[in-house]
Order: sequence, then C-alpha cells, then structure tokens
Amino acid sequence: MNRREFGRLAAAGTALALAGKCAWAADWATTLANARGQNIYFHAWGGDPKINDFITWVGGLALDRYGITLTHVKLASTADAVSRVLSEKAAGRNTDGAVDLIWINGENFAAMKGQDLLFGPFAEGLPNWSLVDVSGKPATATDFTLPTLGYESPWALAQLVFEYDTARLAEPPKSLADLSDWAQSNPGRFTYPQPPDYLGLTFLKQALYGLLADTTILQSPAGANYSAAVKPLWAYLDTLHPNLWRQAKAFPANEPALGQLLADAETDISFAFNPGRASAEIAAGNLANTVRTYVLDGGTIGNASFVAIPFNAKHAGAQVVANLILAPEVQAHAQDPATLGFQTVLSIAALTPADQARFDALDLGLATLSPADLGPVLLEPHANWMTQISDDWVKRYGTAP
Amino acid sequence: MPVLLLVPILAGLLGAIWVAFDLAQGGNLVALRDLASWTGLPAALRLSLVTGLVATALSLCLTLLITATLLCSPAFAAVRRLLPPLLAMPHAAAALGMAFLLAPSGWIARILSPWATGWSQPPDLQILNDPWGMALTIGLTTKELPFLLLMTLAALPQCDAHKRMQLAATLGYGRVAGFWLTVTPVLYSQLRMPVYAVLAYAMTNVDMAMILGPTLPPTLAVQTARWMTDPDLSHRSLSAAAALAQLAATLVGFAGWIAAEHLATALRRCTIFRGLRLRKLDAPFRAVAMLGGLTVFALLVASLCGLTLWSVAGPWPFPGALPRSLTLTAWVRAAPGLASSTQTTALIASLSTGLALIFTFAALQAEFRIKARPLSAVWLYLPLILPQICFLPGIEHLLLAFDATGGIASVTATHLVFVLPYVWLGLAAPFRSWDARIATIAATLGASPTRIFWRLRLPMLLTPLLTAAAIGVAVSVGQYLPTLLIGGGRVTTLTTEALALASGGNRRLTAAYALLQSMVPALAFALAIAMPRFIVLRRKAGGQM
Repeated sequence: MNRREFGRLAAAGTALALAGKCAWAADWATTLANARGQNIYFHAWGGDPKINDFITWVGGLALDRYGITLTHVKLASTADAVSRVLSEKAAGRNTDGAVDLIWINGENFAAMKGQDLLFGPFAEGLPNWSLVDVSGKPATATDFTLPTLGYESPWALAQLVFEYDTARLAEPPKSLADLSDWAQSNPGRFTYPQPPDYLGLTFLKQALYGLLADTTILQSPAGANYSAAVKPLWAYLDTLHPNLWRQAKAFPANEPALGQLLADAETDISFAFNPGRASAEIAAGNLANTVRTYVLDGGTIGNASFVAIPFNAKHAGAQVVANLILAPEVQAHAQDPATLGFQTVLSIAALTPADQARFDALDLGLATLSPADLGPVLLEPHANWMTQISDDWVKRYGTAP
Repeated sequence: MPVLLLVPILAGLLGAIWVAFDLAQGGNLVALRDLASWTGLPAALRLSLVTGLVATALSLCLTLLITATLLCSPAFAAVRRLLPPLLAMPHAAAALGMAFLLAPSGWIARILSPWATGWSQPPDLQILNDPWGMALTIGLTTKELPFLLLMTLAALPQCDAHKRMQLAATLGYGRVAGFWLTVTPVLYSQLRMPVYAVLAYAMTNVDMAMILGPTLPPTLAVQTARWMTDPDLSHRSLSAAAALAQLAATLVGFAGWIAAEHLATALRRCTIFRGLRLRKLDAPFRAVAMLGGLTVFALLVASLCGLTLWSVAGPWPFPGALPRSLTLTAWVRAAPGLASSTQTTALIASLSTGLALIFTFAALQAEFRIKARPLSAVWLYLPLILPQICFLPGIEHLLLAFDATGGIASVTATHLVFVLPYVWLGLAAPFRSWDARIATIAATLGASPTRIFWRLRLPMLLTPLLTAAAIGVAVSVGQYLPTLLIGGGRVTTLTTEALALASGGNRRLTAAYALLQSMVPALAFALAIAMPRFIVLRRKAGGQM
C-alpha cells in the first residue's frame, strides 16, 4: 500500500467513525460502567524510569476519573508478555488473562495479530480516536506497513535522530556517504547495535533508504528484486565495518548500550529512536550538555508506539485506559521533554484552543529538534525486507572471521 | 517427593521437545535443520564448552590452592568474613561492575588517564567481548570462586582436614602435596555436586555472557535467549532446538569433566606410588594462591565499589577518576515500592527455601533410616542445565492447565524447582558423610531416631544447613524469568524491578537496584556464616540449646 492509497483508506475510516458515533456513545457509556472497579495490568517495557513515572501518572488519572486501578507490569522485553499470552492461548485460558494492555509495535504486533492473540477491532471506537492525525501522521494506523485495522491504538510517535557531542565533533556527517567518509578518517568512533536488535535494523533501514534508487519498493514485500536491491547495502557495510568501533568485531547489544558508549566517550556519533532522549539524558546528568541531535538529509525513519488488548483481557477497562492515553492533556504531558519528550499522535488542528495551548507551551529542551527541524518521516519498510536483511546480516557478519 | 518435583521438570523438558520438533503439527525437523544451518553454531558451541570448562577448572583449582595454603591461618578467617557481600552480588551485577572496571572507558583506564596513558578519549581496544571469551572466563571464575570457597567451608568440618594434614606433614609431605593427597579425595567427594552446579551454570549462563562474552557469535545460551525473545514467533522452535542442543553440549561438557576427574585420580596415584613429597612446590603454589585469590577479591570488591559509586554519581565523564558530584537521585527513585517488593522477595525466598530444606531433609533421612536407594541427583540438575527461558513455557503451560492463577503460591512452587537443587547440593554430601557411629551410640543410650535427628544430627549439621539455606535464598532472589512469566507480572520482586530497569541501561539505577537486590542474600549469608560460631560460643559458655 502506498502512502496515497493509505490516506484514502484512513479518511474513509474516519468518515465511518463519525457516522457511527451516536451508536457508540451509548456503547461507550456501557464500557465505562463495566470498567469501573477493574484492575488493569499494563505490560510495558520498564527500562526507563521516566516512562514508568508517566504510566504511574496515567494510573492516577484512571483511578480518579474512571475508578480503574492501573498496575504497570515492568518488562525487560515485550516478548515476555507475548510469551505469556501465547501460553494462555495454548492452555485454553480464554478469560481473565494476565495481560490486559500491552505496549507494542512492529513485529510483536504482527506476531500477536498473526496468532489471533488480540482483541478488536477497538481503536476506532475510542471517543478520542477522532483527534488522532491519521492522514497527517500515517504511522498511527500503519505499523511496519501492516494496517492496524483497529487492533492497536497509537499513543506516541518516534523518529530516528542522530546524536553527537559538539565538544568533540563540530560538523556531523549528514548523509550516509559522508558518514562512511567520516568513519574512515575517524576509525573506531561510530557503531550500531547488533542486528537483529531493532535499533540496529533501523540503522540498516535508514541506510537502505539512502542507497536505493527507488525506495517505493520498500513498501511492498521483497520478492525476486531482493538480492539486486540490497547489493548496495552490503557494499556500503563492507566499506564501513573496518572503521567501526572495535573494527566491527563486537557490537553493542541495543539502544541503551549504544547510548552508554556515547556517554563514555567511546563513540562520537550515536543515534536513538526518541528525538527527546538526548535532552532528557542531559537533564539527568548522563550526557554532557554539549550533546546535540540532528537528522540526515532526506529524512529519517519514524514509527508509532501502540497499545493493544489481548483476546482474554478485561476489555472494558483496557479500552478506557487506551482512550485516556489519547486525551490531549495526557498527550501534551507525554510530549513535555521533562516527562518523556515523545511526539504526539494527535492532530493539533483538531484540538480545542485550550488544548492547543498546552502543546504551544511546551519547552523542547536543550538538544531536541523542533517538529519542523525533524524533517520528513520515512515510513518503516515492509517487515518482509527486514526479516531477510536481518538473516543475511547474521550470515555475512554474525560470525567473526 | 522426587516424583512431585519431576513433574514440572518433565513438563519443561517436554515443552521444549514439543516446540523444537513442532509436534503440534505432527512433528518435523525444520528447527533442527535451521539450527544446523546457522553459521555461528560451531563457534557458539565451542565458546559455551570452553569458557564453562576453563572457568570451572580455574575456580576449583584456586579454591583448593587457597584452602591448602591458608587452612588454619588467620587469613582464612578474613576470607570467611569477606564472603557474604561477594556471594550476594547477583551475577549480572558482578558482570556489570567488572565491565565498568575493565572497559577501555572503565574505572582503571579513568584512574590512569590521561597522566599515565596519555588517553584523552578511550582507546579502541577489545578488552571485553573478545572473540575467545577470555573476559567471560575471568568473570565467571571470579564470581564462582567465592561460591566454591563457601561450599568448601561448609564441607571442611566433615573432612578431618587438620589431622590428615598433620599426618601427611609427619610423613614429610609438603603442605600442598599433603592437602592434595589426603584432604582432596574426601573434600572433593563433598564438593562434587557444587562443582557440577558451577559447571552447568558456567556453560549455560546468559546474564554474564551477555555483558562480558563475545557477540559474533555469542555463546549458545545467549543466542538461545535471543531467539526466544525474537518478535518473530517462528524463532521459538529454533530456540527450543537450540536449548536441546545446549543440553547435549552440556552433557558432553560433563563427560569431559568426569574424564578429567579420573585423570586427576590417576595423577594422585602416580604421585603416591613415586613417593614424591613435593615440598619445593609449596612456595610457588602459595604465590599462585595469593596472587589468584587477591586478584579475584580485588576484582569483585572493586566492582562492588564501582557500582556503589555509580549509584550516587552525578555527571562522570571520561577520563575523570571520580564523579564530578554526588547525588541520591537513583536511590530516591528506587525508594517508592521498595518496602512491598522487598517483602514479597523475602517471603518467596523464605517459603521456597524452607520447603526445599524440608524436602531435602525428608528425603535424606528416609534414605538413611529405611535404607531407601540413594537418590540420584541427576534429574534434580536438569533445571540448572536447561536454559530457563526454554524450560519455562512448559511449566507455565502445566500451571495454567491446573488453573493456577499466577499468585505467590505458583511463583514459590516454580522457585522451588530451581532452589531445591542448590539446597540439595549444599546438604546431601555433609548429611551422608556424618559419622553414623554417633547415631549408633545414641541409640544404645536409648535415644529414639527422631530424637537423634533433632538433637544430634541437625545441630551437628548446622553449618551446612545454614549455608544451604543462604544459597537457597540467593537463588530464589535471583530468579527473574520464573517470577515474571509464572507470576504473570503480578508478583513484583526486587529482581523483576531491577532487571526491567537494567534493560534501560541506566547505570546509576541499575547499580542502586543491584545493591538493593544483594541485601536480602547478603543478610542470609552473613547469618549463615556468623550463626554457627555464635551458637558454639553460647554452648561453650554453658548456654542451653
């Protein structure tokens, strides 16, 4: 599906949503009534205290407004919660599952959807869905090219940004070719997380966007064109690798490990999937206050984070929480760099002036680019490309010579 | 009892076999073929075996050398007092601490830079994650040495070490040779099970290998865990196949170790027949023991200090030897919810350890009194050998089939599966080597078997009992995946909190939580080491038991 087709589909969905609004209003009142008193277990990655604090804050609102007790189950890996739901499905546990709401996107969503582990469609029935900027921010309804079809509800946007320390590097390379040249003259000062880690794969995706003549092919599954299309990627990596950190004989495991290398001055250029990460880390004293962010010419990869509801969850309470997370004041709080610095999924134009003012009042922080400076968002390629690239990366580079 | 515990173990194993061979679809070998076609397989297998065997051998040799050279000396008492905090440090925390110490941007480099090294930025040196797994081997050796020393301390009272050493000395043997010829045979028969546990852990661990081990490819255990947590659910069968391959590799490792045991026995015989006294070896061996022991202790203590410092560090850029400022932010962040998670942690740890103690004593006493066939502990070790991550879905399935709701009870039951082997290995050998003539004498004086057990055997086995209990507590506290998966995320312990935060890579918070996580086991170890001496003192002073 290309972007224009997608826009049409989304517009049609919005129209449908408006037409059915009256019927839903009554349904929603029932949902609210059922939700009262429920204990909702929200399984979400617990590696960032700021996110944990945010979820606690949302839990406070849920209790005050809807009588829902929200418990954050802190995960080290989303796959653990997927595992649990999978086991419950296999054991025939069709109600009262352990997971009521799960923070999810990309491959985990595709996997859960593929195994019929999700409840829905529900997202388009949420009252706040009408505020979501589906046409302006297509990532809110398409997850790694897979249409979400209402089986997950977006709550934050992320975009790849590069980070560097102005004290060590004056002018960062703004294209892939420049990055490779820079690495050649500064060996050992750049690296990326080891695929199949998602941020490592994101770097490869970004490279693919920069190296392909025709990037539209990335939005449909890779076919016979695969080998020829990715040839430039391997050529690029073959040149880049000898100049990487540890001569590419070891790679950091994931985003936090990559970030730690920048903090320890082991690398000069790093990257993250959260434009606000650098500012927040500076505020927390983990990064030098000379660190800044930038994007590559031509744009960087972006995607959305979602919440989904497993098939055997307490649906009513879970939907009320999903809707609460889309409330303008919650979204504005999440976009505040002092809280999370995540980009909102809402359409600012659709908000009331009072709610718009909440977003206008935000102070972006020392190292965060403004929405305009973030540049164009490149859509995630079809998952099928990345599965193959990931496998081939492991074959080519996964065993040290 | 054994049958009861066999159920979850078999469920776990069957679960792995079920998924690996895709038995739900009638069975096939796709996963096995996929595994065989992974180019990293030979290297990953070799790494798992070599790092595991070498680390176990190194830590055992150092343990024996330290015991041989320091036995009965004041330094040995100092070692005893140093052990609790070192033992209590979780493996992942120890690995993180060591990584921070040794990395090119680590503490040692920071202290020496730039004045001695000239480095204004960290050099591009592959000290950690080296392709040969040396950093991992050193890390494992360092963490396992205190454990084996503790087990040695618990076993020594049953060994008559002093008398044996004296006898050897009167025959003109050197200290190390005397220890090697007279004490090791009886000591090792008690140490064998703990050593096997170390071997199994070293070959299959994920925590330390992820931080210190190579990445191209990683060890088989790490790769198995990666496949299991891959979003692509089809990788789970590959992961289960890898877990079975891991089991096979571990068995090969054990075969190799047992061959080495035979070799050592032959070597000992050879020494005896030749009448070698080997007095000249004492000095070099003492040097090796001191050097090795001090290095290990220095590494661990410095890691602990490094972690502590990071937990209160403000900005700390390279090459500063110390943080620019100190702050309690990380601790303040950790404070809310601390009381309840500590409570849950302590409750589950004491319940599972208590049950494990009861089971172990019941089985051992039955074996002793009704001359039941000695229990083979091999099956007990399956949970230690199989990668947890592949073993758990089977157990989870079993519990769900019984409609267990994932409360504290099911989590405790699952912890028991992992705690029991350690409690068993801490107690079985000392229990069996207890001098049964004492029971005979007491019986002739009219004591009932029950009275003999409670008034003689149990008090005399107090040291190994408390040690085993402390290890049980430490093992229970360390369980992450069983708590999360079986508890359905509803049971929050210090470890589930710590690992979730550690995945975010915040060194300060990770350090603070790692220290908090060590508190409960540290307390247990301190009690285990202090209590027997305290009770003995009381008895000597004429107090009543």
